[in-house]
Amino acid sequence: MTEITGVVQNRFNENLVFTTVDNVVNWARKSSLWPMTFGLACCAIEMMATGGTRYDWNRFGMIPRGTPRQSDLMIVAGTVTLKMATRLKRLYEQMPEPKYVISMGSCANNGGPYWRVGYHVLKGVDEIVPVDVYVPGCPPRPEALLYGVMKLQEKIQEDRVLRRKGDTLGSLSGASMAPEAGR
Amino acid sequence: MEAAAIHERLSAKFGEGITAFEAGALQPWALVTADAIGEVAAFCKADPDLSFDNLMCLSAVDFPKAEPPRLEVVYHLWSYRHTHAFVLKVHLPREDARVPTVEGVWGVANWHEREAYDLFGIVFEGHSDLRRILLPDDWIGHPLRKDWEDPEFYNGLHVKPTAQMAERAMAGEKLGVGPFDVTPPNRHVPTEQ
Repeated sequence: MTEITGVVQNRFNENLVFTTVDNVVNWARKSSLWPMTFGLACCAIEMMATGGTRYDWNRFGMIPRGTPRQSDLMIVAGTVTLKMATRLKRLYEQMPEPKYVISMGSCANNGGPYWRVGYHVLKGVDEIVPVDVYVPGCPPRPEALLYGVMKLQEKIQEDRVLRRKGDTLGSLSGASMAPEAGR
Repeated sequence: MEAAAIHERLSAKFGEGITAFEAGALQPWALVTADAIGEVAAFCKADPDLSFDNLMCLSAVDFPKAEPPRLEVVYHLWSYRHTHAFVLKVHLPREDARVPTVEGVWGVANWHEREAYDLFGIVFEGHSDLRRILLPDDWIGHPLRKDWEDPEFYNGLHVKPTAQMAERAMAGEKLGVGPFDVTPPNRHVPTEQ
């Protein structure tokens, strides 16, 4: 059994009240994902296009913020250099809980084209922060990013706020480099 | 001015300072000794007939297999007044490569020389602020040299991917999801008849 944590320590059975409260809280969280603007490379262009009028992520309640302290979501869009990695980690730690990470594009997923010869590139942003959704592509089209956002919304909707068990979404405890530790 | 005329003017002025000239190249170049490059650069800018007021590009090249092995610094010059271009090259030894700065002639050389120092380890003597410009300050080595080898770690972060990381990155391919699951819609798939 995993260790049981959560607001009310799993003291009550699942019933109509608690599931409803969870639903409401999760609905509120997933419907107002405020991403931190974290464009690092060419993926940022696609991310900006996703925020533009044609794809319009305002439909999902997403309002880009310029500071980590007001953000729920970090979209790592682009190549994470080793120099940037320490800054990225610090910005992630400045975000309030609950916080989520979308890794956008091949470079953020695993280094992409810099896998073998990139002396300066981090081989996957999940080396330093826990990633909830990986969006493949080089760069991914805006549809792909929106699909990733919708996948994240599905994950958030399944979160159990009052009766939390084990690792939660968007918490540092989920970070692991072990291949079998994937959620 | 034509490239040959530019070279003639430079070699008349500096003599031994100009050691070679290649007119047939796409961008004609002259080889300058490392000691003379500061004065040659100043002359190229100040002389009214040359008037190279713009340093388009300052690059460095590594030739470890040349005989003797050398580093090259390449200066691409452009004159807005006469709309002519010329290229100066300097050969340096790979060990302890030092060359006088041209920052005092063209201010833009400041950042270019810092980049050449950062990635090739060429020391520009007399430079006002010779620090790394792209890589972190605590980086060790000069990665665009041909004999560069990636370290295992930088600040506790993997630089070389490990076998475990490779397996994890390829796990998506086995499952049919993840970063390697990319099938372009226009890929031609031959069908068996």
